[in-house]
Amino acid sequence: MDSKPGTPDKLVVENATKYYETQSGPLHAIDNFSMSVKDGEFACVVGPSGCGKTTLLWSVAGLHPLTDGKVLLDGEPVTGPHPQIGMVFQEANLLPWRNLTKNIRFPFEIKKVPPDEAHIEHLLDRVGLTGFGNKFPRELSGGMQQRAAIVRALSFNPSVLLMDEPFGALDAFTRDEMNLLVEEIWLETRKTILFITHNITEAVFLSDRVFVMSSRPGRLAKIFTITLPRPRTLDMLATKEVFDLVNEIKAEIEHRPPANEDASGQVSPVADEVG
Amino acid sequence: MSGDVLGGKIPEFGKKTAPADGTGLSGLSAFAAGGGARNFAEISAIVMIAVAIIGGAELWIRLAEIPQYVMPAPSTIVWALFADFGFIAPHLGHTLVELFVGYSIGAAIGLLLAAVITQFPFVEKVVAPYILMLVTTPMLALVPLLILRFGFGYEPRIIAVALASGPMVMINAATGFRRTDLAKIALARSFGASTFQIFLKIRIPMAMPMIIVGLMIGAIFGLLTAVGAEMVGGGFGLGNRLTTFSATLQMPQFFAVILILSILGILIYITFFLIGKKWASWEA
Repeated sequence: MDSKPGTPDKLVVENATKYYETQSGPLHAIDNFSMSVKDGEFACVVGPSGCGKTTLLWSVAGLHPLTDGKVLLDGEPVTGPHPQIGMVFQEANLLPWRNLTKNIRFPFEIKKVPPDEAHIEHLLDRVGLTGFGNKFPRELSGGMQQRAAIVRALSFNPSVLLMDEPFGALDAFTRDEMNLLVEEIWLETRKTILFITHNITEAVFLSDRVFVMSSRPGRLAKIFTITLPRPRTLDMLATKEVFDLVNEIKAEIEHRPPANEDASGQVSPVADEVG
Repeated sequence: MSGDVLGGKIPEFGKKTAPADGTGLSGLSAFAAGGGARNFAEISAIVMIAVAIIGGAELWIRLAEIPQYVMPAPSTIVWALFADFGFIAPHLGHTLVELFVGYSIGAAIGLLLAAVITQFPFVEKVVAPYILMLVTTPMLALVPLLILRFGFGYEPRIIAVALASGPMVMINAATGFRRTDLAKIALARSFGASTFQIFLKIRIPMAMPMIIVGLMIGAIFGLLTAVGAEMVGGGFGLGNRLTTFSATLQMPQFFAVILILSILGILIYITFFLIGKKWASWEA
């Protein structure tokens, strides 16, 4: 719905290519991957585990450089961590030696600016974490930890939110709950969101557009536009329309790597084992 | 340059660096284990067993009429401790001075080296064998040499304590500093953190459990070395008292000094146990 032709591109990835130096020679992680996310759009990148999705997102976040190609935010190249980009990591990535309050104030500590207390209060209330400020991460459930991570990423009010398989380690029920919450927050704030997942249903549920990435080296295989009305409900996931769409995306992912499907399948559990 | 926080490494979440437990000279089990008595039954059991052991020893030594120069009874030892404490106390003071000064120097240098060296893998490879040598060589062996050079005062003992405790602190702290969690470093970097901020707010807290373990082991090694050095030469300190008392067959006083040393060791352990609870409880 937000991918109207007139909306400007907020985030552009141009011909992204990335090699890693490993002990067994260079590893080709992403190959000539291009995509663009419009202002206020919810975009997902799906692909098999180990296909380079996280590499792509970390490059977009300016956390490591691309071997070739570039990332543009509002037309300007992203060369390092950017104040307009907030990031939600896998497994929440809270600092275990800090309680919730101190975890959420961490970005402000690094940026050396006073925390926006009113905004943080509002966000905590929004995700239902009010009153948990003194708890340490280990005392919180996985879902609560990830809620805190979302609050942390939004606390300094970035215009772009990058989410790196944030709910991969959560159980199915909590994942549904979190997906609903993320959509609600997105509808309220209209941040530009780039969401990485290997869960196709999750991608369809959340996105305006789904970018399918092939197995390593990650290439753009196909773009699906999801036209389901907003706000979305879990009931929609049971419709034939969604079922067919999920199957179509699944087929797209599985057909791309030609013969050595099993070989890539063996690398894949890396992210799945987590949790 | 500021872009590549990972040094070209692949961000993988399934493969974390191993936790501190069991990777250094000592794991964190020292903090995790025990945890104190939980209820009245446990407390009374602990007290009763202690009473049985000490009381049993007392009874056995008295009934078997074991001569005092072989093994004095517990009550005799405690009595000697109180009666002669005024005489032993200055020596305790000397030992504590050697321990505090030597340990402070050794631990400070050890911590600093650990923090610096782990940032440069190549330097670490070059230095590692020498550190290992310092850890495994008994520094007591150097004391006669140090005495030749520095005389019978504090100096040789302080140097020995520093040489014994420093490497212990270093090797454990280095294990802590070597634990890198790319995701946490990337998190800080995503907010624009400088290398120094990452060191201060990510690396040091992550290393803290192992730093505390290192400080504890270093302190205990420092105490052992201080007493050992005192036994080698010089006219003061608890170690010197041990040699004097045993030479003159003053066994109750000898064991009184041993008792003081055990109490010191336990106090060191408790101190670091509490520090660990406060600063590294998230790990256990």
